[in-house]
Amino acid sequence: MTTLLEAKDVSRSFGGVKALAGCSLSVDKGSITGLIGPNGSGKTTLFNVMTGYVKPEKGTVSFDGHDVTNARPNKIFALGVGRTFQLTRIFARISVIENMLVATQRDESWLRGLTRSKSSKSELDAAMEWLDFVGLSRLASLQAGSLSYGQRKLLELAYVLVADPDVILLDEPAGGVNLTLINEISEKILALNKGGKTFLIVEHNMEFVMKICDKVTVMHQGCDLVTGTPAEVRANPAVLDAYLGSIDDEFDEEDVSA
Amino acid sequence: MSKVKPSFWGLGLAALAVFPLIVTNPTYTSIGVFALLFMACATSWNMFSGYSGYVSLGSAIFYGCGAYTMALVSTHVHMAGGAAQFWLVPLGGLVAMVVAVPVGAIALRVRRHTFVVITIALFFVFQLLAINASFTGGAAGISLPLIPWLFNYYNLPFYYVALGMVIFATVLSALVRRSRFGLQLLAIRDDEDRALGLGVRVTAVKLTGFTMSAFTIGMAGALYAMFIGQIYPQFVFEPNFDITVALMAFLGGFGTLLGPLLGGLILESSQQYLTLSFSNGSLYLILFGVLFLLVILFMPQGIVPAVSKWWVGRGEKRARESQAGTAVSTASTMKANPTVDHAPAGAKP
Repeated sequence: MTTLLEAKDVSRSFGGVKALAGCSLSVDKGSITGLIGPNGSGKTTLFNVMTGYVKPEKGTVSFDGHDVTNARPNKIFALGVGRTFQLTRIFARISVIENMLVATQRDESWLRGLTRSKSSKSELDAAMEWLDFVGLSRLASLQAGSLSYGQRKLLELAYVLVADPDVILLDEPAGGVNLTLINEISEKILALNKGGKTFLIVEHNMEFVMKICDKVTVMHQGCDLVTGTPAEVRANPAVLDAYLGSIDDEFDEEDVSA
Repeated sequence: MSKVKPSFWGLGLAALAVFPLIVTNPTYTSIGVFALLFMACATSWNMFSGYSGYVSLGSAIFYGCGAYTMALVSTHVHMAGGAAQFWLVPLGGLVAMVVAVPVGAIALRVRRHTFVVITIALFFVFQLLAINASFTGGAAGISLPLIPWLFNYYNLPFYYVALGMVIFATVLSALVRRSRFGLQLLAIRDDEDRALGLGVRVTAVKLTGFTMSAFTIGMAGALYAMFIGQIYPQFVFEPNFDITVALMAFLGGFGTLLGPLLGGLILESSQQYLTLSFSNGSLYLILFGVLFLLVILFMPQGIVPAVSKWWVGRGEKRARESQAGTAVSTASTMKANPTVDHAPAGAKP
């Protein structure tokens, strides 16, 4: 497998706190990579570095052969890296469909935006298609702020998808949503992955991670502690010590291999 | 409500167009000119600040630049006072746009509340420059060429040029709202960082919006200077202008198309009328205070969103009542004639 997105030896501090201390992570093309670790281990900071929201003090980030270490978020998005946030970030005062349309042209000249309408027919169709995929098409004309938390998660996923990024970074997609919706989200991720999309997922729900990820990286105190298959990670004593604790019955071999 | 909109706009435009033909008293047509100037300014201000959420309190910079462009050019080229001066109105807008580029490039480096403070600070820089620079005539101001028009008809050309400006600002604002650029401004208003992460070039979009909004405000300043015939730094680089324009948009409905027009019409015409009607020139401030308290208490989103919400609610209530009425009438019919088959067509017995 070829590496699509890679962070090498990345460091970043906030005041006296070292959020990332020489962390490395690689995401293979067509894979679903999980990123786990205790709170404050630097997962979201690494996400922010990889998507241009935070500049690293040291290290490099590359995407598909391009060095994107200090690139701005819009540039990285235009290259094909989409992301969601831990706390959903939608455009609350515009409609659901308008939220989708914001993302439809990922590499458009800003001057062109002045002279054209909000969307072409093909963009509108694509937006409706993805809304349909996440089950929100009937709410297209509603103000996005009126959606429930779970619906907002789905909308955020949909508007990242409409831009057709090559790799999608999901920050806690199962956080704060009910079990039915978690299953729905994991099914959608697996379906998209089958279609060729690459995912990097930060998640605390171990069942979710172990079920859908091909590879898992565990972070601890700003460093990548271990990388391996879900089964390898789960059995690693350092991971048990730093994050998972004792082996929980719910992660039995059958569940993992399924 | 959307169905009545075109006719509503047409009616509003017709009313504004015939106003000076019906009300010929120069006092009232003069109020009309000021109201239209502020409606254009508030609409233009709202096109950037209302859509992007960046509340600028430095619009008087552009108003002043437009006014000084009119005054300086018409005096330096020894232009005869009259209709030819109207050609300088777009020039005032263009100069304001040119000034808006560095002003925006500085102010838009920061966000929200800091942006507001920076625009105020930049405004005072320009006011001080106007007072102290030699080419502006300093505190003594500049007298423009006298326009030799008959007193009774003096206001009419200004009124219609200002009306044209209102139409221009409204059409431009509507086009922006419907464009991808407008959508990007709205996305910036809701979550700038998220918009950036979805490919929106936020810096370029904000600066373009800021510069575009300066154009009409600059034109309004130029027309104001020509209308008054004498400008002073403290009257065109006037802090009250910034606050008034913002309040007009908030009163009518921040971020809406109709709101700033309505706010401008209500506030400016009432202010002018009250100032002229009462010897105490500050009375309008007390009445404005009361008006704003009422608006904040009863319709904090502004007049247009509040009325729109009420209108939609009224329609829904009527629909519910009509449904309930149909149900009651069906039930009473069934009670009166139980043999009548009320099963829906096609339903099995």
